[in-house]
Amino acid sequence: MVSVQSIANTPSSLTPNDLPWIIDHNEERCTLCGRCAAVCPVGTLKLTYMRKRMPKLVLASSERGSSYKTFVGIRQSTEISKRCIGCGTCSMVCPNEAIRPLPNQARDRFRFLNTQQGEPVKRGGRRNEPGPNLLDRIIFDRISMLTDPALDAGRHEFSCNTLLGRVLPPEEYVRRKMAGEWIPPVREIFPFVIGSMSFGALSPNMWLGLLQGVAYCNEVLGIPVVMATGEGGCPPWVLRSPFLKYIILQIASGYFGWDEIIRAIPEMQCDPAAIEIKYGQGAKPGDGGLLMWFKVSKIIARLRGVPEGVDLPSPPVHQTLYSIEESVMKMIQTMSMAWNFRVPVYPKISGSTSAKAVLNNLVRNPYAGALLIDGIDGGTGAAYHISMDATGHPIASNVRECYLDLCAQGKQNEIPIFAAGGVGKNGNVTRNGMALIMLGASGVHMGKYMMQAAAGCLGSEADRCNVCNIGLCPKGITSQNPKLYRRLDPDLVAQRVVDTFMAIRTEVKKIMAPLGRSQSLPIGMSDALGIDDKAVAERLNIRYVC
Amino acid sequence: MCRLALKTASKPFSPFSVLTAMEAMQEGYDGSGLGLLLRGLQFADYKYDAKDPILSGIAHSEAALARLDQIMDKAGFTLKYDHEFDVKKEMIEAKDRFKYVLRIYKMPTAWTKLAAAEKEHRLMLTRLALRQDGEAHDDDLTAFSLWPDVAMIKEVGWPLGVGEALGLDSGRIKARVCMAQGRQNTNYGINLYACHPFFIQGIATMTNGENTAFVPIKDWLTGRGFPGYIGYQSDSEVFAHILHYVTKQLKLPLETYKHVITPLKNEELANHPQGDFLRGLRDACRRLIIDGPNAVIGTLPDETCLLVMDAKKMRPATVGGKPGEWAIASEMCGVDAMIPDRDRSLDFQPMREHTVIIPPARQELQIWSQFNRLPIPQAA
Repeated sequence: MVSVQSIANTPSSLTPNDLPWIIDHNEERCTLCGRCAAVCPVGTLKLTYMRKRMPKLVLASSERGSSYKTFVGIRQSTEISKRCIGCGTCSMVCPNEAIRPLPNQARDRFRFLNTQQGEPVKRGGRRNEPGPNLLDRIIFDRISMLTDPALDAGRHEFSCNTLLGRVLPPEEYVRRKMAGEWIPPVREIFPFVIGSMSFGALSPNMWLGLLQGVAYCNEVLGIPVVMATGEGGCPPWVLRSPFLKYIILQIASGYFGWDEIIRAIPEMQCDPAAIEIKYGQGAKPGDGGLLMWFKVSKIIARLRGVPEGVDLPSPPVHQTLYSIEESVMKMIQTMSMAWNFRVPVYPKISGSTSAKAVLNNLVRNPYAGALLIDGIDGGTGAAYHISMDATGHPIASNVRECYLDLCAQGKQNEIPIFAAGGVGKNGNVTRNGMALIMLGASGVHMGKYMMQAAAGCLGSEADRCNVCNIGLCPKGITSQNPKLYRRLDPDLVAQRVVDTFMAIRTEVKKIMAPLGRSQSLPIGMSDALGIDDKAVAERLNIRYVC
Repeated sequence: MCRLALKTASKPFSPFSVLTAMEAMQEGYDGSGLGLLLRGLQFADYKYDAKDPILSGIAHSEAALARLDQIMDKAGFTLKYDHEFDVKKEMIEAKDRFKYVLRIYKMPTAWTKLAAAEKEHRLMLTRLALRQDGEAHDDDLTAFSLWPDVAMIKEVGWPLGVGEALGLDSGRIKARVCMAQGRQNTNYGINLYACHPFFIQGIATMTNGENTAFVPIKDWLTGRGFPGYIGYQSDSEVFAHILHYVTKQLKLPLETYKHVITPLKNEELANHPQGDFLRGLRDACRRLIIDGPNAVIGTLPDETCLLVMDAKKMRPATVGGKPGEWAIASEMCGVDAMIPDRDRSLDFQPMREHTVIIPPARQELQIWSQFNRLPIPQAA
């Protein structure tokens, strides 16, 4: 028996079968070109020399019984820090389809050991819970069969836009208009918004591609899409460009990038679409933003006014925040004033059982422009795994109870509720979005879906890839390393943004037409929704169907 | 499908003539019921003062009638005239109709010094109290309207048959305005309150078609906290309430109604002289945007009549007539039957942007377009 000492056996020792992803390498097809090893973002693949014994039967005692052969082959690292993340970039570059990562069908042991040096798992992505979510199960069942002619999604005109901003009660609107008083700013936008992803979290090419696509949607297709920046400011040239009107600028607790923004105000050609004040995020409630040092490049450092290569954690709370009332009073009004009350300002909060309390405070603040609630399935560029997976509140019931609360006060048209968190998680972006709209949201934000649809993000809820946090994005979406982000062609991203929004618009019409709706977005049209789950139906106050 | 007919004439006519005219459109409806609203009333047996409120409804039992009397007494109303219909009970489908109520009251003396708006509010509250009382007693009392110079009848059955059963053919009741609709809400369980026309504080509408935006509109109206915004047994009731909201609560001119229920598109508003005001109004009244194929016919307390279409004009409706006499109907043959001797070349079928208004003088049609300037003071 071989002595124990000769086997690598530490508590953290792993074999390839213990890892979440196992490299399947076909030596017969491998040409040993080495591209897979060169491209692997985590360096799990090693092209190494290996030796094998070639036993042969020898009768003469003068000859040795075995010879050894040296060959070149691929090895998968079993080091914790270099484990395969399943991104599949190796397959993408392999000329011969000789290599691919496969998910470990057994329960991996890696998860018990991924806490080296006391550091719990941090990652990007969203809650690792694959499979259909609640929104994927809602159907639109109030088909307008009573009336003829029905609507034709292909030929009739549809009004699918929504409003972002504080809307006055009609009596007050008429009074103020006649008296020439201030009317709060309201934007008419497409109800599917590209959610907050910062310039910093996203690579410059990704950001540019999104913006180009958004501009095309607005200026050529007439789909008034807006995108939110996330914390971290906005490139200076964008601030001074006519494209700023398509951008929701976010201010979060780190105030990163706001020096640059405030300085640019006198030179702005137009107002931004809105200002989003981030108090919370669905993916990591109670946590501030986090841009890990890997991604703090020269340009990001300049934009944010920090040194290069340092971690940029935003605090969980705003420094001004004693309570949400105080925050609303100070921040919303300050931000409104910065643009002379011409720009809607609204807070973004994590989905929570206390969302209704926040909403009711906003209702009483005449400057609050909306409320964005981000549910537990929201994505992020960097967060602790535990926050992402276990902390937060699902979006559907949160939005529904907030909407019904507004209805009870008759104020559902005054403060639009926007919903986020898992919209399009399984690709059903329009279905999910429209379900939330009919539950009472005025629109939805989607971030992760846009990365997947517009840039081919490889991440999944089966914990594939999800290394957005360390700047190694194999597609160049969330990296600040030019070698990586040059892989992403902004023009192609823009093209995909446009494809995506055109498809969403058509699907919105395909949902609205059979419901007999074309004149306005069916916000709160809960009579059109059904689900095959009694408890959910009761909770959401929609119809149970089976 | 339902069919609608409205006739307005300077000289009172028998509502039975409108029911007869509806027969012309019988291919289009299931004849499941009749909804009738009359204004400008004249009674053969009584000289009516148009300022006196009229209560319309049905008492389904003697006890209900007694409670009705109690409620009206308590509110201070004095009965002046109780119209006894010549009911042929065997012709009525429903067997629980104790009495069709059409009673003229004297306004409570305590209200004499009240402002008009307050009187109107109290009239509505009294009607709602009657309705509530009926609902609390197994729906044995139905109150359709309590308003000066408005009478309403709603019943299940073939419209002409109902008219005959109630003796409307005798000519004892005449009116200058008659709104008639030939269907009960057969899509769902029949409820008399769900039958058009709908009435609130002197304003009445009846509609053809389906309002698919019903639930969000209902939710919003309910949220106003206004006691009259209740019911909604039919998706069309909101049309009457929106008309009430626009004219009575927002105090905007009648023409604004169309801008609220079917606002213009952005590019159209950009070229509208009051585009800025209307765009803001569209935002503020966004939850009142209707959807679905609809033709809405309405009447106001001053006997103004109106007709508007949905934003895609997906329902037919025609208006025609001559000075002093006009008719609106779902179909041309309905107008023909009501006013055969008119110049048909002047018939009009409104398009999506039109509001057809027949002013109380009844001398001409006003065809108002959403693209026209609204008669409101220039917003500052």
